[in-house]
Amino acid sequence: MKFNGVAFMLGVMSLGVAGLAQAETISAAGGTAIYPVLSKWAETYKQKTGTMVNYQAIGSGGGIAQIKAKTVAFANSDMPLKPEYLSKDQLVQFPAVIIGITPVVNVPGIKPGELTFNGTVLTGIYLGKIKKWNDAAIADLNKGVKLPDMNITVVHRSDGSGTTFNFTNYLAKVSPEWKQRVGDNTAVSWPVGVGGKGNAGVAAYVQRIPGAIGYVEYAYAKENHMAYGKMINAAGKVVTPDLATFQAAAANADFTKVEDFYMILTNQPGAQSWPISAATYILMRKDADKTANAGVLKFARWFLTAPQAQAEARSLDYVPLPKTTVTQIEAYWKRTLGQ
Amino acid sequence: MDDTRDAELGMRKAAVPSPAVPSRISPARSRRLHVMDRGFRWLTGGLAFLVLLLLVGVALSLFLRGWEAFHHFGFAFFWSDAWDPVTENFGALVPIYGTLVSSLIALLIAVPISFGIALFISELAPEWLRQPVGSAIELLAGIPSIIFGMWGLFVFAPVLGSAEPWLNDHLGALRGIGALFRGPPMGIGMLTAGIILAIMVIPFISAIMRDVFLVVPTMLKESAYGLGATTWEVARHVVLPYTRTAVVGGVFLGLGRALGETMAVTFVIGNAQDLHISLLDAGNSIAAALANEFAEAFSPMYKSALMALGFILFIITFVVLVLAKLMLWHLGQGQGKAGL
Repeated sequence: MKFNGVAFMLGVMSLGVAGLAQAETISAAGGTAIYPVLSKWAETYKQKTGTMVNYQAIGSGGGIAQIKAKTVAFANSDMPLKPEYLSKDQLVQFPAVIIGITPVVNVPGIKPGELTFNGTVLTGIYLGKIKKWNDAAIADLNKGVKLPDMNITVVHRSDGSGTTFNFTNYLAKVSPEWKQRVGDNTAVSWPVGVGGKGNAGVAAYVQRIPGAIGYVEYAYAKENHMAYGKMINAAGKVVTPDLATFQAAAANADFTKVEDFYMILTNQPGAQSWPISAATYILMRKDADKTANAGVLKFARWFLTAPQAQAEARSLDYVPLPKTTVTQIEAYWKRTLGQ
Repeated sequence: MDDTRDAELGMRKAAVPSPAVPSRISPARSRRLHVMDRGFRWLTGGLAFLVLLLLVGVALSLFLRGWEAFHHFGFAFFWSDAWDPVTENFGALVPIYGTLVSSLIALLIAVPISFGIALFISELAPEWLRQPVGSAIELLAGIPSIIFGMWGLFVFAPVLGSAEPWLNDHLGALRGIGALFRGPPMGIGMLTAGIILAIMVIPFISAIMRDVFLVVPTMLKESAYGLGATTWEVARHVVLPYTRTAVVGGVFLGLGRALGETMAVTFVIGNAQDLHISLLDAGNSIAAALANEFAEAFSPMYKSALMALGFILFIITFVVLVLAKLMLWHLGQGQGKAGL
């Protein structure tokens, strides 16, 4: 009687598992930067195929930890992993979309796109050397803009983050002092400022605190109607964060020259390039169940190639990958995952 | 009171039949009952022991996981204000300071307010008002902490932020404590965290105070009133001395909650690993640091440092509870003597 009960329980449980497998849920976790477009894709994909993609925006580092622990079918990271690191953990990676990270400010009277920054000024602010909005260094870049005599409050991420990695990587590239004192990583020892959790947390802090400056993925700046800043890029040109400038940065990226698509897109050359661009990556396991991986690849192939998915990405200001890169990715899947 | 309790015990003792009286229970049944009794005792004892085991287990696993950090940084871990994930240089001073200071601010605000609330409900409020006010406070206790965090960030922080320039100009101009109030008027920071924590612990402290104020014998209070004492004098010299053990207990319960509060603090403390004297500046608490950084701790040393922080928080709350127990015990002794 007892054994029957146990068998019955196991039967029910396996039925449950089988039922789940039939409804096909792809569980995934990772960075918050890709979340707006990924959730849009997941919604459309579910209508089209019935497959649910359950994505948890817990941060890039969290995504990496989850895929290592084999608890998710795929993960997302805004920071590419080094090839040797990937092979050690039986992981593969490929880019999904190009994103742009933009400085956002809350200065009375300043509208979106009205302020211009360069690497030196941004580093000066984040090192705590430039303390006032009417500092000569900022005023020189913004002739004709009325800047208030107001303290700058620096906002950064409180959690580890791929957005932070790309932002600090850019600062380290343009400033030897930043590279030496702070460095680049998903979490760093910030010289000044307050920390908000996630892209949304930084956006909230910047909106709450007059005189604040922060950095967020462009979609967050746009959705929240925040005053984003323009940047002077490596070619010395003033660029506005939008699809065209993110695309220009990506166009200069040649993925054929690197292993496992390992490429950091900050401070790219080119007159049109947005200087804090990044590719955001999908991570998968080589040793995962074949059918599970096939389900993920089907979804990935759809969002990399389907015109509707690409249009959805563009509408949220994410740049879809060029055709040539998608072809490379498909060849990479054959090579590493055998499908 | 003690006399009546003794008398009751004595009566219960008398009610138990002594073994000498011949019973109608058969020896076999008696033996069975005896075994069941013993079994039950073992069972309940085991359950009680389980709690102890869990406590030791949690402390031990936190300590072992944090050992790498403790071992690597030595005692300097406690007073180093570094927190650099890139170079893997970690210290616990900033979060420890933030945890203690934000909780202290919370108690400084919450204890007098709770005392007032409890006094009003138990002594001054008309009968029809007691129930609604009491229920409102209990409802306040039931609000999830994340709600306080969101409310704190989106509603309270802007209000406080607009008041902070005034704090800067007036309190900040004072000598000595002025340094506490000179800082950027952001609306988030240590002071905000302390005030939000105060709101969160007020229901706990005031509920306990109210309950114990209500058990003060009417005769004592009426006698004092009869001698011409004012309400304040009755509260100060009759109610408070009579209940101070429980009042201290309630305060420490609130402190325990404030020390470990995570979500609400994370929202408003500013999450900055910097040490500032000013309460208007951003800081960090142990619980907030853990909530923010745990999922993303990428290196073993980073993770170990966070575990070590967790262990320190465990020790701090443990010490607070032990102090509370000691104080209660000490006060209880004093009261016993006074009673004699």
